[in-house]
Order: sequence, then structure tokens, then C-alpha cells
Amino acid sequence: MSPRDKILQAIRQNKPALTALPAIPTSNTFADQVVERFTEILTTIGGQVVSVPDMNGVAEYIRSHYPAHRVITTFPELAEVAEVHWEDTSPHELADVEFAVLNVHFGVAENGAVWITDPLMMHRASPFICQHLGVVLSAGQIVPTMHEAYARIGSADYGFGLFIAGPSKTADIEQSLVLGAHGPKTMTVFLVD
Amino acid sequence: MNHPQRAEVFNRDEDRVDWHDKTLWWVRQKRDMAAHKLPEWEALREAASQIKHNVLSNLDEYLVQFEAHAQQNGVTVHWAADATEHNQIVHRILVENQVTQMVKSKSMLTEECHLNEYLERNGIEVIDTDLGERVVQLAGEPPSHIVMPCIHKKKEEIGEIFHHHMGTEAGLSDPQILTGLARTDLRQRFLTRRVALTGVNFAIAETGEFVVCTNEGNADMGAHLADVHIACMGMEKIIPKREHLGVFTRLLARSATGQPSTTYTSHFKKPRNGQQMHLVIVDNGRTVQLGREDFRNSLKCIRCAACMNTCPVYRRSGGHSYHTAIAGPIGSILAPNLNMADYADLPFASTLCGSCSNVCPVKIDIHQQLYKWRQVLVQQGHVSASKAAGMQAMSTVLSNRRVFAVAGSAGRTLMRWFPGIVSNSLNPWYKQREMPEPPKESFREWYEKNR
Ligand code: SF4
Repeated sequence: MSPRDKILQAIRQNKPALTALPAIPTSNTFADQVVERFTEILTTIGGQVVSVPDMNGVAEYIRSHYPAHRVITTFPELAEVAEVHWEDTSPHELADVEFAVLNVHFGVAENGAVWITDPLMMHRASPFICQHLGVVLSAGQIVPTMHEAYARIGSADYGFGLFIAGPSKTADIEQSLVLGAHGPKTMTVFLVD
Repeated sequence: MNHPQRAEVFNRDEDRVDWHDKTLWWVRQKRDMAAHKLPEWEALREAASQIKHNVLSNLDEYLVQFEAHAQQNGVTVHWAADATEHNQIVHRILVENQVTQMVKSKSMLTEECHLNEYLERNGIEVIDTDLGERVVQLAGEPPSHIVMPCIHKKKEEIGEIFHHHMGTEAGLSDPQILTGLARTDLRQRFLTRRVALTGVNFAIAETGEFVVCTNEGNADMGAHLADVHIACMGMEKIIPKREHLGVFTRLLARSATGQPSTTYTSHFKKPRNGQQMHLVIVDNGRTVQLGREDFRNSLKCIRCAACMNTCPVYRRSGGHSYHTAIAGPIGSILAPNLNMADYADLPFASTLCGSCSNVCPVKIDIHQQLYKWRQVLVQQGHVSASKAAGMQAMSTVLSNRRVFAVAGSAGRTLMRWFPGIVSNSLNPWYKQREMPEPPKESFREWYEKNR
């Protein structure tokens, strides 16, 4: 018998009687003031929120913070301040990217996370390999908790989907928090009204 | 060496034990603060426990569904009945791709299967990329904690390990600087390795995708830069639907470290263009545990480590004293399932205080299972005669009101007049402890007089 059939047979012999799935608990703990909550929590976990009126605000930020660095983006309207044609490079060639600016689908108030899927990343490695990450989120696209987040994702198809909550971090050495473990050292959410 | 002997070694360095104890207790307190912010916390735990129960009761169906969906997504699915088969499958994928080097992110399953040792014997170099795991790998040790693998090390020791193995400056101890050095070193590995192995936190039957949670981003740096991604999972990692992730992601990081979420919650569904994605589903004793009615709930575990952080024995004896891949209360339930003779000491490494069961996000009755294991191990003759006799005497005393009263009074008198009889080296409870002054009378005697 193949290992697969052996395992399945052993499970059939040993499993308990079938029980039903429970209802998923709901909550309105985070239902109000989602923008304020999102901002507060993202800040506590080491990220920052920068409010901008439109994409010009993002361009302005890039000009002042990353004047002489490699910046990549998926927004064609940022072509003046960032590379926009990098879809055909290998992901390894992104190793010297200082700042990446990507679009995201929505944010989650309870944990400061944003949801992004692979078409928005161009390369799956892009949100991880840059030294600093920026994402653009519209203020109207923030859901209260992960329950609403998965309800919103529904049965969407993607190759790779990702929640990002703040910069990459570790506390492995004596529990001292260090931002920038292997991924970005900072995370900026550009909040567009 | 068994648990008490190893715990004794750990306890020789009193400062370290105090630090270890306080640090893990602080992590437990952070968990409490995070949990108390959600009024629905208990409802979430209950739902998580019931979802996992449904999974165990229908595991064969869910695995078959998951496999079919993963295959439709372009993922190659492998099945391994035990650790050896798992290691062979991983090795074969490496050989087929003519690769001798690999990066690996945290996977307790591969620790359980001793994958690194197996691959190294077969000429494959494995680099652990989680910072804590890299530290213990360089030190030639196993992880001592499933979430914080090098929590038993001081920063000065880590500076020394880096100096010795990575050629960094001697005498460094600043966590920021040490992390930066590891980041630079490991980045080169991510950019040059063609195969990356990751663990799996959740596998969704409905969609065939699997989810990996990390803070560092090392699983993703490995997987998205490699030509081949191998993910290894214990068969109990299945959950039925994507929407159930809402329940588990809300519980996992809060229970583990008090964070509202891990930094990255990565949903791998299809390989990227030109990439291979392999998934290995492993049994290794889990079907046996599923058949043990008293212990099957242990398969609900989501590896948050809350039970370790809260455990007074774990905090004061250190992860290595458990001599198994998964330490602490849950490890002490899982290990005897694999080998009763080798791990008969572990269910006794507990005060049965129940703190583990109180914090467990999937409501496993951990301390009750430890108590039940003790009975099984005695019945099967895996426990020394003196300990078995002690347990027998204990149950006689506790189940008989008269004997209990006499024994209590005798004990108090004995301790007052001859403290050396209990506080001596023959009584393991006295090690590293001062015995308290015994009260003059028991509560029962006081109550008789004062009611
Ligand atoms: S047994 Fe419960 S508390 Fe312990 S690691 Fe598993 S899920 Fe966490």
C-alpha cells in the first residue's frame, strides 16, 4: 500500500465520530473609528502612517526621502520618481532596491495589516527584498477585524496572497525588539482620503 | 539524562534561570494583555477548539480535498508515513534538482524528523534562516523553544558564536548590531540558494493553499527567490475553509507573543511562473495519537508556545531539559506517543497546576493529559518502582479522608521537629527550594476550633 493510502486508512480507523463545525464568533470591538485604530496599531508595531491627498503626495515623499536611491513602484503615475518597468527582471536583481511602493487591496484595523496579492507585487519578492516598504491604501478600505478581511477576500483566486503588518522584526536575541530582520526595516502606509 | 538531571544542570546558573523565568513570564503577560483587549477571546478559543475537533473527525476527507485542490493549483503533493520517508522525499527533490545547498525557515516538523542531520549525512548543506534557529544551529544545539529558539542564550554568548563562526568582531553583544550582521550574512544565502524549505501553519482543504506565519520574513525571502519551494506539514495542520483563518490568525500571534498579528501571513496557493512547489504531508505517529482517545486533542495544537511560557517547570528548567524537539507541556504529551520508554520522564515534568490548559488557544486539556500519561506509563512499566510506589501512596492518601488527616498532621509534626527529613537530597522537591515553615494546625483543625 502507498504511504498515502496507509495514512488515510489509519485515519479512518482511528478518527472520532464526526462533529459539526461551529459558527464563527463575531465582534464589534473594532467596528468604529477604523482609520484611527489602524493608525494607532500600525504605529505601535513599528510602522507609520503618512496621510497624502493624492499620488502627488507620494511622489513628494519619495523625492524628499529617497533622492538618490533605487526606488521601484507599480504605479505608472510615479514614473518620474521611481522605476516602473521591472516586471521582466529576475527577482534577484531587486536586491539593491531601497524603497518599493506598492498598491494594496485593503487594511485591517485590529492589527494594522494590509492585504496584497501577487498581481500587485509584480514579483512576489518585492515586499520583502526592499530595505524600506511603502504601500498606498485608501482610507475607505479598512475593515475592522480578520473575520471581515476573509469575508472580503471570499473565494478570490490568487497565486500568492499576503497580509503585511509593519516592518520585518525579530526579538530572538534576549527578547530585544529589532526592526529589519530579513525584510524591510521600515513600513510606511500612505493613506489617501 | 532525564528531565530532572538536565534541569539540575540548567539550574546551576542561578542568574540565568531567574532571567529565563522572568523573561518568559513577561511574554505570558503580554499574551494576557492582548487577549484581554478582545471581549470575544473565550468565544474564539471555543470556536478554534471546535473547528479543530471537526478536522480530527473528518481528517481523511479534508486531506483528500486538500490534495486535489493543491494539485489543481500546480503543487506536487507527497505523503510520508514516518520521519525517514519524509527525509527521503526532501532529499530526492534536492537530488533531482542537482542541488547540494538549501535554506530553511522554521519548521518544528523537520526538527521532529531530524531532517538537518539526515541531509548533512547525505552531503547537503542546510542553512537555518530564522535568526534564533541560526544561532542554535551555529552553536550545534537544537532549539530550546518553538517560538524563541535561542531564548536560553545570553547576548554575549551570541556575539561569541557569531565571532567564532561568521568571523565578526569579538566582544559584540548589542542585539541591533548582531541582528544586522546576521541579516547581511543570510541575505547572501537567500540570493544564491535554489531550494527553500518552509513549514506550514495552516493548510486549507477548500482552496489547496497553505499559510506560513513569520515575523522576520525569512520564509518568504527563501521561497520567492528559490526555483524550488518545499513545504512540510504534519497532517493535522488542515483547516476546512479559508474563512477559518480569521479565527486562527486572531489567536496565534496574540497567544504566542502578544502581537495582534505576525508581521507576515503568507498564503501560498500556486507556484510562480517557472517555479516548482512541493508539499510533504507527514504522519509520523499522528494517526496513532488520533486513535488514543485520551490524547487525540493534542493534535489540535497550533504551536503558539503559550503553554511553555506560562509553565513554572519549563520556565525554570529550560527547553533542553525536555530532550525532545517540542519542549514544555505540549511536547511532554506528544513525545511519549512516539516512544514511551525514552520519554517516560516528561509527563512527570509538571506540577499539574493547569496554567497551560488555561492559556491554550485551542483549549487542549494539557494538564489532564499529562496526568493520564503518568497512569499509562506506570501501567506499562515505564516508571521506576519508587516513583510508582509514591504515586500509589499518594492516591491512597488523597482518596481516603481519615488517612489524609493523619498523614497531614504527621507531616506537619515531622517537618517542625525534623526539617532535615523532608529538606534533604533524597527529596527532589527540595532541590533549589527552601521548604516553608509548616503551619501549626491544618485548615481542618482550625475550622473545627473556630467555626
Ligand atoms: S498546546 Fe496549546 S498553548 Fe501549547 S503550543 Fe499548542 S496551541 Fe499553544
